Amino acid sequence: MIKTQYRELYCSSPRYWGGLASLAFIILLGLGAAFHMEHNGHFVTGMSNQIVWGLPHVFAIFLIVAASGALNVASIGSVFGGPMYKPLGRFSGLLAIGLLAGGLVVLLLDLGRPDRLIVAMTTYNFKSIFAWNIILYTGFFTIVGLYLWTMMDRKFEQYKRPVGFAAFFWRIALTTGTGSIFGFLVAREAYDAAIMAPMFIIMSFSYGLAFFIITLIAAYWWAGRTIGDLRLAKLKNLLGVFVGAVLYFAMVYHLTNLYVTQHHGVERFILLDGGIYTNMFWIGQVLIGGVIPLFLLYSPAFTTSRFAISVASLLVLIGGFFQVYVIVIGGQAYPMNLFPGKEVLSSSFYDGVVANYTPTTAEALLGIAGIAISMTLVAVGSRMLRVLPESLEDPAEGECA
Amino acid sequence: MSCNSDQPDMNRREFLGKSVLAATATVVAPGVMLTVANASEEGASSAVRWGMLIDTNKCADGCTACVDACNKENGIDLMQRPAGQADEMWNAQRPQWVRKVKLRDKQTGEISNLPMMCQHCEHPPCVDVCPTGASFKRADGIVMVDRHTCIGCRYCMMACPYKARSFIHQDVAEQLTGTPRGKGCVESCNLCVGRIDAGNSTTACQDACNKDGHQAILFGDLKNPESAIAKALKAESSHQIRADLELNTGVRYTNI
Ligand code: SF4
Ligand code: SF4
Repeated sequence: MIKTQYRELYCSSPRYWGGLASLAFIILLGLGAAFHMEHNGHFVTGMSNQIVWGLPHVFAIFLIVAASGALNVASIGSVFGGPMYKPLGRFSGLLAIGLLAGGLVVLLLDLGRPDRLIVAMTTYNFKSIFAWNIILYTGFFTIVGLYLWTMMDRKFEQYKRPVGFAAFFWRIALTTGTGSIFGFLVAREAYDAAIMAPMFIIMSFSYGLAFFIITLIAAYWWAGRTIGDLRLAKLKNLLGVFVGAVLYFAMVYHLTNLYVTQHHGVERFILLDGGIYTNMFWIGQVLIGGVIPLFLLYSPAFTTSRFAISVASLLVLIGGFFQVYVIVIGGQAYPMNLFPGKEVLSSSFYDGVVANYTPTTAEALLGIAGIAISMTLVAVGSRMLRVLPESLEDPAEGECA
Repeated sequence: MSCNSDQPDMNRREFLGKSVLAATATVVAPGVMLTVANASEEGASSAVRWGMLIDTNKCADGCTACVDACNKENGIDLMQRPAGQADEMWNAQRPQWVRKVKLRDKQTGEISNLPMMCQHCEHPPCVDVCPTGASFKRADGIVMVDRHTCIGCRYCMMACPYKARSFIHQDVAEQLTGTPRGKGCVESCNLCVGRIDAGNSTTACQDACNKDGHQAILFGDLKNPESAIAKALKAESSHQIRADLELNTGVRYTNI
């Protein structure tokens, strides 16, 4: 078997520097937006005491979920073996770290008191799943960092498998933890479902892989290196399976909710008459994020089309974003049923009515900056570290098991 | 395109080593300094549990005496609407520790009015989820937020089944010393903790309601069998709102 040669992404091309410069610009805009929000207070956002988590949370949760999924490729490679995935392991680790960092920055900057980060890091309420998540996130950086190290340093090669296993379990825990943030909100009907945690895991597989495919294709285009068709086809088929699984889980989630009589209201809201949320569900999540990508991935017309694969991955991400939006915002917009059997005639605080939420530009800029931060870390990381194989041509005949 | 594949390798290792070191330090530091959140419970005694009983029959339609009194007692009326903020947005963003709700029974058509505030749950979800322990329950059952450790994550607001909490969305120009308030933190009804700790036996809303002659609010010690509230609770049947969540609320309602 030919040894894979890794090399830093070293380009002095305008493509690389131009790309970095535009990312930096987006990040600057986002930081400006965050400052605007913190300086004036959250009244300049669309968030309120009704919709307490807004667009920044959608971005943050989306990125954090994708982060753990991005590690999948490394897990398949070094835990389960397989020459097709193995050379991609390092990049997968780097991407996971980048995505998580981007998501956490957004989460942090949307706090009411981001200056109290140190309080959040030093004062733990161990009953809080949120506190556990802070531990899971920091642990993820450490473990994936070590994992990268064992993959890159020959001296530590023997630790690669155990550390790989640890990383694999840690990321499952991390996604479960993220999903459980909603699981603990028992009073909100949309979140009161046991399937929430496994659904988040499968969502992470799908978004993470979509991110992986896009960044990989982009990096190889930047560097003018080649990726073999067979290898891409493998990734593409895997993405197809994940996208299908996400659709399946979404279906099971709604079917089980329909089974529970008290949840009929919220189901009707999401599936039928929730206006924007209904549209986002059917058009965004199901059509753009599910049906069209599946068609692009499986249609014989596009078997080796890189363009089709990239578009499909992008659509999976857009659909995934809508999915998280419907979960986070839609779940809050639907009113909590405080007085069963009663109709609310009047309330000074919107009891019994669907909450309004119109995100502002500042919120969107902060969220987009999170993605830019992730991408910058990946771009800089692959320039400094040997994470990308010199060539990703398909392995010679007989080598791929 | 010019891709230089002969990049010198000199600093790579050094860079790697340093960044790993730095990363490890950031990750490990919080663990070393880790302290378990402790809610300050000066003087609060677990021999009492403060609570409220609200008689919705006596709560008058259109009356906002309790809301106004609460706003005054806690300096909420000092908050200024940010310039240009629309009515609806301001209403959704300003603190509302207590709100009036008017209901009609879908079966019988019976109308009821009631004030809705933090229910001072015995098992408060807002305390369970708070990452820093800023949201805490005192030994005497009062649930409140420590303004100094709240990071403004708003998870408690997501968790509260009663929408009882308010986030401060803007700068606070003026405030009362008894009720410290700050942009970016969360707050909610604290059963007039300052008054109670000073030895008072009524809350501002109760006083206001009595003054207007409605007597719909009764505050007191649920654990003391001799207290008016304990006797009233024994005499008539009362309800917890969303009793199905089994939070054992300290605020109870009759006649709904
Ligand atoms: S009513 Fe809400 S804010 Fe009050 S103790 Fe219960 S959960 Fe916490
Ligand atoms: S907003 Fe403050 S009180 Fe509420 S959960 Fe977050 S840190 Fe705790």
